[in-house]
Amino acid sequence: MSNNDTILKVENLKTYFPTRIGIFKAVDGVSFELKRGKTLCVVGESGSGKSVTARSILQIVDRPGRIEDGLIELTRADGSVTDLAKLDPRGKDIRSVRGKEIAMIFQEPMSSLSPVHRIGTQIGEALRIHFGIRGQAQRARVLELLKQVEIPRPETAIDRYTFEFSGGMRQRVMIAMALACNPQVLIADEPTTALDVTTQAEILDLIKRLQQSHGMSVLFITHDMGVVAEIADEVIVMYRGKVMERGPVEQIFHAPQDDYTRRLIGSVVKLEKKAEVRLTRPEIPAEAAPLLDVKNLSLTFASGLKAVDDVSLIVRPGETLGIVGESGSGKTTMGRCLLRIYDPQAGAIAYRRPDGSTVDLRTADKGTLKEVRREVRMIFQDPVGSLSPRKTVGQIIAEPLKLAGVSGSELEHRVAELMRQVGLDPAWRERYPHAFSGGQRQRIGIARAIAVKPRLIIADEATSALDVSLRSQMLDLMMSLQDQLGLSYVFISHDMSVIRYMCDRVAVMYSGKIVETGETDQVVNNPQHDYTRALLSAIPHPDPRDRRIHKRFRYDPTLKPSGTVSANG
Amino acid sequence: MLRYIIKRLVFAIPTLFAVSIIAFIIIQLPPGDYLTTLLADWASQGGAVEAGTVAAMRERYGLDQPMYFQYYKWMWGILTQGDFGISFELGKPVTELIWNRLGFSLLLSLLTLCFVWAVAIPIGILSAVRQYSISDYGATFLAFFFLAVPDFLMALSAMYVMSAWFGQSVGGLFSPDYIDAGWSFGKLIDFAKHVWLPVIVIGLGSLAALVRIMRANLLDELSKPYVTTARAKGMSEFELLIRYPVRLALNPLISTLGWILPAVISGEIIVSVVMSLPTTGPLLLRALLAQDMYLAGSLILLISVLTIIGTLISDILLALTDPRIRFQ
Repeated sequence: MSNNDTILKVENLKTYFPTRIGIFKAVDGVSFELKRGKTLCVVGESGSGKSVTARSILQIVDRPGRIEDGLIELTRADGSVTDLAKLDPRGKDIRSVRGKEIAMIFQEPMSSLSPVHRIGTQIGEALRIHFGIRGQAQRARVLELLKQVEIPRPETAIDRYTFEFSGGMRQRVMIAMALACNPQVLIADEPTTALDVTTQAEILDLIKRLQQSHGMSVLFITHDMGVVAEIADEVIVMYRGKVMERGPVEQIFHAPQDDYTRRLIGSVVKLEKKAEVRLTRPEIPAEAAPLLDVKNLSLTFASGLKAVDDVSLIVRPGETLGIVGESGSGKTTMGRCLLRIYDPQAGAIAYRRPDGSTVDLRTADKGTLKEVRREVRMIFQDPVGSLSPRKTVGQIIAEPLKLAGVSGSELEHRVAELMRQVGLDPAWRERYPHAFSGGQRQRIGIARAIAVKPRLIIADEATSALDVSLRSQMLDLMMSLQDQLGLSYVFISHDMSVIRYMCDRVAVMYSGKIVETGETDQVVNNPQHDYTRALLSAIPHPDPRDRRIHKRFRYDPTLKPSGTVSANG
Repeated sequence: MLRYIIKRLVFAIPTLFAVSIIAFIIIQLPPGDYLTTLLADWASQGGAVEAGTVAAMRERYGLDQPMYFQYYKWMWGILTQGDFGISFELGKPVTELIWNRLGFSLLLSLLTLCFVWAVAIPIGILSAVRQYSISDYGATFLAFFFLAVPDFLMALSAMYVMSAWFGQSVGGLFSPDYIDAGWSFGKLIDFAKHVWLPVIVIGLGSLAALVRIMRANLLDELSKPYVTTARAKGMSEFELLIRYPVRLALNPLISTLGWILPAVISGEIIVSVVMSLPTTGPLLLRALLAQDMYLAGSLILLISVLTIIGTLISDILLALTDPRIRFQ
């Protein structure tokens, strides 16, 4: 079957994890072919086995997983064919393939690099292992690699540590490391999932350019159909260890055969426009007295960084205000200032209490803050880190209620009701958070936030850690709760698409300042500021016929604002 | 980096000051003073002492003055002239009595530390890499066994075994011929022949903690994504292990230096008494029993200073090995 064009052929691959309760079939009979110089996307939700498939190729599946059956045929530079599945995972033969012929980059560029080794050392290692290049020759080659991945000032960057870089730069370091030995195949395992939308666009660009200049084949693993549409030549769709559908990207998007494929595409397309429930909702009267009225808020950290710089905004009762910006824009810090987790130095945060009186949260005393914090709650980004692993779900949700003085059977009753409200079965109350999936954990976080009937919820990147397919579900849940409970939201995100989906109004933040604010429709359809345009054009577009990311608009603050910035490809 | 070290050094000064106060208070805590102990001694031997004599002696030793004044006088002497006071019991300046012994204490502690690390790290690595294997359980069992056996018992049994079965001269740090001789190559050999037994006896007690720490650290690190990254580069499993996870697992181990050192020093006191080593241990015990205030106080102070220096060294080492701390 395989012709000259095929560089990697996987046939009937089975990777199993023996567990106490039986065998978990992470990869169950997967077959595909990777063509020379092409991009094959493996797409699926978390737990679909796409990552394990990628790791099986290099035989670096975490214990106790092992390849049970199947062929992984690599066509090597001299034309011979090696079955990688037959090699000893600890042996010399597979090691000569790893990093040299097939290189891999990973999702978390921070934890995937050692924090105590200089990046130059980590990149240079592959050169030493495979070619015995050391010393000055190695350094010269590493500098060249750093230039290729466009890291500024390579001469100083080479001796720095990973924590001195931003997320996007770290991923560039990973890519430089992968390119060191000029591999024929690059496996990218969700390389942009942990990044901002804008940074994601840049990394996708970079991989594309390097693929063309090096003639590499790319196996790209992702959960985001938008990304697939932007970069793929061929696609395989995975679900629970099996391939549901495979074919050219055009066919997958415009003539999908499988229901699951359609659902995945649907979840991205859904986020392309405003939520339906929000189209029919009566408008919130602009003259209604604002729930939260923030004026000229400023916070300067001890390091001298102006994290929040003269920010003014209002939140009306029952409305959702989106705060959008990339990491480092100060949006999270601003959100935390509202709850006085940080103490802003200047400005006013006027909050209207239920009795109509207003308090300035910036100067409020401890007692008032304690009361207000029952009315203003927070939902966090990381659904794993923000739930205590030693408490049952019931206990986690009951906690704010107990603090509010609810007890006994009323407490039990309320917890059950809350769980039903967020779509969790109350029978699961005795389970611990680790037994839940990411989406379910975020529901627990929401249940905890609405437990004491708050009036305002500050959601900080509440859907960023979730698969795209779960994002719209979570947003829908939040909107239905808003309508039921009359909540207001401050919704902080780096992703314009989720803002567009659910927010009534939006404020765009850039380096501590709000650069644009207005009704969401107006800001999305007719952005006034270049930075807003850049954010909008970085969203992957789920249509392979209309690839936009490579021709997207980039914001460069050193250039003159509006009009003079060229859209470069 | 230099700024970090200077900062640490400056922070050590108030700590030293606080330690000196606590040391002085502790030795004053037991009821009575050196004279009461002395009188009780005399009385048990049937002697009678006039009340006037006692008062005169108390005045001569400065024991009638308030505690803060005594502390002030003591500290002033140390800071200005390096004078730690005199030992009541032995009638000699404290400095004359302790410097030699302190040197041996320090040497013994350092050798013990090296021994413990040299043994604990490989065992810890083995236990982690072969988790739940026979070697893991075996190493863990032995480590805990030695943790459970009291120091003095270990010292006694080791001495018994060595002298009864192997006919070795045990006790002390030198053979009788070398005790008063000056340093020579022969004396060094003789020292090496004697020192290993107390080093092992003192070290075995601390071994368990370090093995377990190394094992737990390494188990955490082994499953980190950067290990997979390095493996995907094509690195061999052994090089990978040493270069990445072990390198990172060592960092928390370095910070244990701060508390392992006091543990070793206090273990050393008991073992030294049993094995009659010429270190500060036996001297301290005697000084405490006799309420020999300045001698005991000075010893406690100097041992505490060593501990603070140990912590300082571990802080600096940690900053050297972990860039995340250095760049804070």
